[in-house]
Amino acid sequence: MAMSYIWTAIVLISVLGGYVLGNGSAVASAALEGAAAAVKLSISMAGVLCLWNGVMEIMHQAGLLDKLTKLLRPILKLLYPAFAKDNGVMEPLSANVSANLLGLGNAATPMGIQAACRMNKGGGNVASDAMCMLVVCNTASIQLIPATVAGVRAAEGCASPFDIIPAVWMASIFSVLVGIAAVLICRRIWRS
Amino acid sequence: MESFFTMLVPLILCVVALWGILQRTDVYSALASGAGEGLKIIIKIFPALVGLLTAVYMLRASGTLDLMSKALSPALTRLGIPPETIGLMLIRPISGSGALGVGAELISTYGPDSLIGRTAAVMLGSTETTFYTIAVYFGAAGVSKTRYAIPAALCADIAGFLAASWAVKLWFY
Repeated sequence: MAMSYIWTAIVLISVLGGYVLGNGSAVASAALEGAAAAVKLSISMAGVLCLWNGVMEIMHQAGLLDKLTKLLRPILKLLYPAFAKDNGVMEPLSANVSANLLGLGNAATPMGIQAACRMNKGGGNVASDAMCMLVVCNTASIQLIPATVAGVRAAEGCASPFDIIPAVWMASIFSVLVGIAAVLICRRIWRS
Repeated sequence: MESFFTMLVPLILCVVALWGILQRTDVYSALASGAGEGLKIIIKIFPALVGLLTAVYMLRASGTLDLMSKALSPALTRLGIPPETIGLMLIRPISGSGALGVGAELISTYGPDSLIGRTAAVMLGSTETTFYTIAVYFGAAGVSKTRYAIPAALCADIAGFLAASWAVKLWFY
């Protein structure tokens, strides 16, 4: 429902703004261009996106996900000390992080939800510190290969759409670290 | 270093295929079935893109977006963020396909290899749809009191936007 308000607001602001700023005719032609641009974008980004999903599926079937999951365990134990010995939580948790790393969003979400549910064994309606950490880490995405964005860049005629990878890694790592720091700080000062 | 990252994709293709063969994986059918999943993603986001790109193109043409980025330009420039990306930063935590639409429009208008185009791409690649994620996870776990999760997640988003702008300048310019 939130999207309905946002979409209506954008259209309304565009029409009013276009009228006030004297760009009415530009808005009128843009209203038709946008839909055509969506078709062009979807078709031209499909190649890279499909290819990359195929590569992910090979990694998945060849057991890379399991390897990553094992590798991540020690780090996650540090982040979630309360559940370090709880395999029922640690297993979906590390699978969630590795699927996120590989860009398998559809696989990551159910595992993350499973981890969140198991963290909330008591069944209360208040988020625990560990659950806040889980959610904040999931909202600050870390993706090894940003396939969708690369698809958009390729669609716009970019010769090397993946050359942003190092910058994406830098930004992702920084934002995850800030998210973790924010959780650690809030955990000490938040009352309720 | 830069040529390494240009060659990264072909290299990954080789390594993954070889490794898959060594693990006795049916590499080719895995590739094909994964590619089919990719098509499903496109089909899923396409209707949203039609609606959102229409709205975003209208907003851009109306001149409102320029007005907004001009107003915020001094503050954003001081932080090292290209002011043109203001629309992207506003919609990123709320809607994934919306952000993709706004980002694609920026990349198309300014070019994929421009400072603005690259910054938009890195912003998209390094952040998530915060409110959606929070709603899904806490909703599934039956949590209604989210405590500090939203402010902490928004801190991470803002850090991601800043870092995206800095990282692009650091890496490319």
